[in-house]
Amino acid sequence: MSRKLKYSIFRYNPVDPDSKPGMQEFFLQETENLNLFVALNILREVQDPSIQFDFCCRAGICGACGMVINGRPGLACRTKTADLPDQVSLLPLPGFRLVGDLSVDTGSWFRAMNEKIRSWVHTDKEFDPQEQEVCMDNRVAEKIYELDRCIECGCCIAACATAQMRVDFLGAVAMNRIARFMIDPRDKRGHKDYFEVVGTDQGIFGCMGLLGCQDVCPKNIPLQDQLAYVRRKMGWQALRRLMPGQA
Amino acid sequence: MRVIYTDLLCIGAGLAGERVAIEAAQAGFETVCLSLVPSRRSHSSAAQGGMQAALGNCIKGHGDCPDVHFQDTVKGSDWGCDQEVARMFVDNAPVAIRQMDYWGVPWNRVVAGRSCYYKGGERLEKEEPLEKTGLITARDFGGTARWRACFCSDGTGHAMLYPLDNVAVKYGVQVHDRTEALSLIHNGEQCLGAVVRCLKTGRLLAYLARATLIASGGFGRIYRASTNAVINEGGGQIIALDTGVVPLGNMEAVQFHPTGIVPTDILVTEGCRGDGGTLLDVKQERFMPGYEPEKAELASRDVVSRCMHEHMARGLGVKSPYGDHLWLDIRHLGREHISVKLREVDEICKNFLGIDPAEQLIPVRPTQHYSMGGVRTDKNGAAYGLKGLFSAGEAACWDMHGFNRLGGNSLSETVVAGMIVGRKIVEFLQGHEISLNTGLVRNELKKQQERINRLMSRDSGERVYDLRNRMQDILMDYVGIFRNEKDLNTAVDELREVLHRTGNLKLSSSGTGADPELALALRLPGMVRLALCVAYGALERRESRGSHARQDYPARNDRDWLVRTLACWPESRDLPRLEYEPATRIVEIPPGDRGYGGGGVIS
Ligand SMILES: Cc1cc2nc3c(=O)[nH]c(=O)nc-3n(C[C@H](O)[C@H](O)[C@H](O)COP(=O)(O)OP(=O)(O)OC[C@H]3O[C@@H](n4cnc5c(N)ncnc54)[C@H](O)[C@@H]3O)c2cc1C
Ligand code: SF4
Ligand code: SF4
Ligand code: FES
Repeated sequence: MSRKLKYSIFRYNPVDPDSKPGMQEFFLQETENLNLFVALNILREVQDPSIQFDFCCRAGICGACGMVINGRPGLACRTKTADLPDQVSLLPLPGFRLVGDLSVDTGSWFRAMNEKIRSWVHTDKEFDPQEQEVCMDNRVAEKIYELDRCIECGCCIAACATAQMRVDFLGAVAMNRIARFMIDPRDKRGHKDYFEVVGTDQGIFGCMGLLGCQDVCPKNIPLQDQLAYVRRKMGWQALRRLMPGQA
Repeated sequence: MRVIYTDLLCIGAGLAGERVAIEAAQAGFETVCLSLVPSRRSHSSAAQGGMQAALGNCIKGHGDCPDVHFQDTVKGSDWGCDQEVARMFVDNAPVAIRQMDYWGVPWNRVVAGRSCYYKGGERLEKEEPLEKTGLITARDFGGTARWRACFCSDGTGHAMLYPLDNVAVKYGVQVHDRTEALSLIHNGEQCLGAVVRCLKTGRLLAYLARATLIASGGFGRIYRASTNAVINEGGGQIIALDTGVVPLGNMEAVQFHPTGIVPTDILVTEGCRGDGGTLLDVKQERFMPGYEPEKAELASRDVVSRCMHEHMARGLGVKSPYGDHLWLDIRHLGREHISVKLREVDEICKNFLGIDPAEQLIPVRPTQHYSMGGVRTDKNGAAYGLKGLFSAGEAACWDMHGFNRLGGNSLSETVVAGMIVGRKIVEFLQGHEISLNTGLVRNELKKQQERINRLMSRDSGERVYDLRNRMQDILMDYVGIFRNEKDLNTAVDELREVLHRTGNLKLSSSGTGADPELALALRLPGMVRLALCVAYGALERRESRGSHARQDYPARNDRDWLVRTLACWPESRDLPRLEYEPATRIVEIPPGDRGYGGGGVIS
């Protein structure tokens, strides 16, 4: 006999004056290979077409479907119901503006983050279409790719106590992004420049190092190492600032 | 009336939309991109295996050049492409990829020395020379004479989109995400922008622009089983078709990728076979060499998909509760290779199938994957029919893919077309002003608002999801890999009926705010019209070419059908009007044998 699962889903439609925040219960028979992408779509198609949630790639690649699943931030499309108990509670990711029900506005958050940390390759060199590409050691390319695998799902922000306390905290995702530029030889910024953007309490010095972020990252990005790396570099930079005659 | 003005409006913020936007922003124009989702979640981010550019750096790419890339592309297209466009494309691809490198894409690099690789099941050796160390390397892909697909593990699309979006941020390209263009504002001659629904609040807005670009990606989701993201529902093609004057090109040219996984239809990249993976049948034996002795698993996608289909029809597929499938075997590539070069595949297999691809076989079958057809443009990306309207990327029929796109040529198209079309739009913006007729804008807004009001107030009618499912099933059953007159007639008749029924949709929800059911209800009639363009175009094209395989007309017919279908939708009709134009005006390579796929040719 397959299980009948109970889903408690957070409901609130901020643009509907009659809507009040609360949990709504749904029941659905479990089928083979069921995951939350399929389950939520069945609920929407068959039981309540107004439920809001976000899926895009449905393959764990795009980061659209982050939500809090039985208390833990994760990607819904990748969550098999077989790994869940009979009762499934679903909440929107905290730390982001609510669009409705399980859907949150990660787009504005990440855009602002990327603007703040100036998340692009900084170089004085002009692109010359006639020229061959600049050589790079393949190990460096693979290392950058490793950090570039972040899908901006927001789970690390939802799991971070600091980010929940202060809205301007940039989070592990931003520190990882900065680490990515630090190891990229194409980015000509020095530690001083990075310090300007993350050498603050909104940046690396706000992190309490409890590593809720790393535990939930669906891409298994080594966030702990990146936080330590950035902290070390920025710590030195902070010390240099204290020394007379140094900038 | 809420109105937003800008110089360039890009409908779409994937690789193509953003690459065009950057070109315009760099030239000092104000640029807004619309997107259903945050730009970085656009489906470009899901592209896995690689981007083709003839750099010829790695030893197996030695001797590669744009000419060889050109030949592969034209043959791949089964001579359906526009050769002038294909030529511009191959010549510019090396520049585009180096620019992406300059912007920060971590392309995999050549590592000097000996290493082993696999072809089919066989282990071979190669040696990369010292002088190429550190240059961008490439892997093998189907239908290519050299290793040409440049890659970042198997997350190439993601690894390209993030740096490109970074550049968009740098140049101040605005992205209005969670918005959906519902219609174009035009006067029959000129495009002036679009009516847009905000997917956060449900409100309508008018965007007025001196130039408008459709870069909204593919429309795979008109099929029930597709590798595409769930948002790939053809929004851009729909609004172009709805103008009545902008034609869609070659809508019948739909690509089925050999390796969608079963169940869930998620793609595993062609890079699996490029790196030496093999296809096995129920007896766990390779079968592709029996069909294609020369290219085997690495023939073009249309050919491999047809062979797989035939092989399963002969009873050699593996039975499963989700229908028959075949196996993809990458075990011999080894755990290290899989965890470094095929990482996403590794994750997908583990998370969605619960299998370890280093030890187990992957269940696969051909699955809808790519839309060669789309908004027909000239070589500069200008849409036929309306001045000021452009299109690029998968949404467009620029037409370098003809009837079959080669793996790796689409990522490449997004950034190459983005560069070329972007430049042309800049030229256009420099010399073009629009005069605004506010009545026109008000009317179009009113028309869309009335559609919404009607949907919200109807108390009885058809269920939105039922009709969508019906449309998808019709395409699955009658407009698949192999086609014939009887099936296509059935498809056209049934789709027409569905189209009529979409005139009477009823919501089960209230429709307030960002209601997802309302969004689908607004999109659905257009999706059915696209489905009809596909089915009717396929019915009328009485030959087989590339991905369009007619059982009743198995030969490619260059005498009568070396043409591109153009589908227009005059108002109040229930079928598109089809016209034809020559596939290519400039002929560098006259039609000939592809070197794979067999099949007769009528010349
Ligand atoms: C699983 C998968 C793997 C692939 N792998 C490869 C590969 O390895 N190599 C390769 O060359 N190609 C590959 N492709 C193909 C390639 O990824 C796509 O063709 C290409 O990325 C399309 O880019 P685009 O910019 O045209 O569209 P997309 O990236 O799809 O972007 C479309 C944009 O339009 C927006 N949009 C759509 N409709 C509307 C609307 N109505 N209003 C407002 N905005 C709208 C979307 O939000 C999005 O921002 C793959 C495709 C798939 C499905
Ligand atoms: S670091 Fe991990 S958890 Fe955080 S946004 Fe990126 S992928 Fe998500
Ligand atoms: S380690 Fe830092 S970034 Fe990670 S959860 Fe803790 S405070 Fe947040
Ligand atoms: S839908 Fe893309 S990660 Fe879940």
